Amino acid sequence: MKPLILSAAALTFAASMAYAGSHTVVRMATEGAYPPWNFINDSGEIDGFERELGDELCLRAELNCEWITNEWDSIIPNLVSGNYDTIVAGMSVTDERDEVIDFSEQYTLPDPSSYISTDPDLDVSGAVVAAQTGTIQASYVASSGATLVEFATPDETVAAVKNGEADAVLADNAYLAPIADQDGDLYLLDKDVLIGGGVAIGLRESDSELKAKFDAAINSMKADGTLNAMIVKWFDDDLALFE
Amino acid sequence: MFSYCTDPQTLSGLTWLSCYLTNGKHLVFYGSFLTVMALLIVTAPASLLFGFVGASAAQSHIAPLRWLGHGYTSIVRGVPDIVFFLFFVIALDQGFEWLRQKIKCPDWDQPIRQGNDFIVCAQAKLPLSNAPQWVHEVYGFSLAVLTFAIVFGAFAANVIYGAMRAVPHAQLETAEAYGMTRRQTYWRILVPQMWVYALPGLSNLWMLLIKATPLLFLLGVEDIVYWARELGGMKSNVFAYPHPDWRLWYFLGLLVFYLLLTRVSEIAFGALTARLSHGQATAAGEDLRKAAT
Repeated sequence: MKPLILSAAALTFAASMAYAGSHTVVRMATEGAYPPWNFINDSGEIDGFERELGDELCLRAELNCEWITNEWDSIIPNLVSGNYDTIVAGMSVTDERDEVIDFSEQYTLPDPSSYISTDPDLDVSGAVVAAQTGTIQASYVASSGATLVEFATPDETVAAVKNGEADAVLADNAYLAPIADQDGDLYLLDKDVLIGGGVAIGLRESDSELKAKFDAAINSMKADGTLNAMIVKWFDDDLALFE
Repeated sequence: MFSYCTDPQTLSGLTWLSCYLTNGKHLVFYGSFLTVMALLIVTAPASLLFGFVGASAAQSHIAPLRWLGHGYTSIVRGVPDIVFFLFFVIALDQGFEWLRQKIKCPDWDQPIRQGNDFIVCAQAKLPLSNAPQWVHEVYGFSLAVLTFAIVFGAFAANVIYGAMRAVPHAQLETAEAYGMTRRQTYWRILVPQMWVYALPGLSNLWMLLIKATPLLFLLGVEDIVYWARELGGMKSNVFAYPHPDWRLWYFLGLLVFYLLLTRVSEIAFGALTARLSHGQATAAGEDLRKAAT
């Protein structure tokens, strides 16, 4: 029990020290398992397109941001419960999510979802398709008539196809394209489907002040072309650019 | 870590491996073993305490206390662990924040629940949103310890309750005949003798606790299984050390770690049982007596 008491003491101490305005630190949550969107690099730090983008947005909005990782499954419940302030995790805007949380301006255009498989001529309509739990792709597969197998992380969906547990993976094209490039056994099927909107920052619905700041920062990055440059840097030509 | 690790692309074989196994991410992985050990070391006595209090309450002569003790063990043991870990922690966290809100912002007039959002005043956030990350981690870890202690405490309470009942009744009657009060009988006769009956059940719980530590990730604490999965997954060329799916090797490593830990625990519990059996009216105590003469 002693460490409990100690940590409680540490908490009260930190609490009495550090209180100032409501958003002196903006906590940014990401999944850390979705390269090149967001991943944990070899030094153990959060890295990727969204890390670089988020840091730039915070700079422009003059916010003091801190990054943390949270499992995809519970990323929305923890946001609305107030454990962090934003979700920056390759989350596409959908109507269902929009009912629960708010989204900023979209920072990428809608990315078509692709299938990868070990069989380039696979007929996906009767196949076993792997997708990550709680993604737009998972609900698409479930309603498409194919058999859905769900996994907690994107990485496991690809592993499932490689070891024969599933016939194909359905995920964002920008995630799958580099994997198909690198792995000789996996092929991108020529069957892209467009589900969901672009990707945006998820925020609490009550947090309209923070949303306004991020919207302004995203718009300024769109206007001066830095956002497009960043997309090219991380995705080559796998992701569409803003006009 | 080593001086030759600056450009991983040029390395191969053992030098590559030595750099790979000492990169920042692996160091975090090694550190997470300490997190798991710390959790075990803190949680075991905490759940024992919960268990002991629960069992004592269930044994109590005061009816409401007895109901409380029985209620605690039956409810917590009946709820699936994963449900408990997913929902209880968020509820607990919100409960703490609500209490702090009552104390720190008495004139807060907005509703706490606005649609889906749970909102308390900024001073009541726990930890404060502008607190450094380590405070958040310590807080998450403490919540984890508390949750584990409540869950395993309920099982421990049942084990200890059974053990208290297993102490031969003649012992208690003798104590009474010597004029001991109820309190003295409890602390001097019942409690010292019940441990040997509780030990098999408690050692089971300890083993279960060791194997339940991967549930830590549900609580937002990054444990060894999380890092093994993260490190072992296929790494594309965005990473400095790309490699195919190596999860098998990482999980084999974890298997060895868990087997070693459970083996060491078995030996320790064996020694403890032998020690506690001295002079006991049990088969093991009798064997010890015979061996000594």
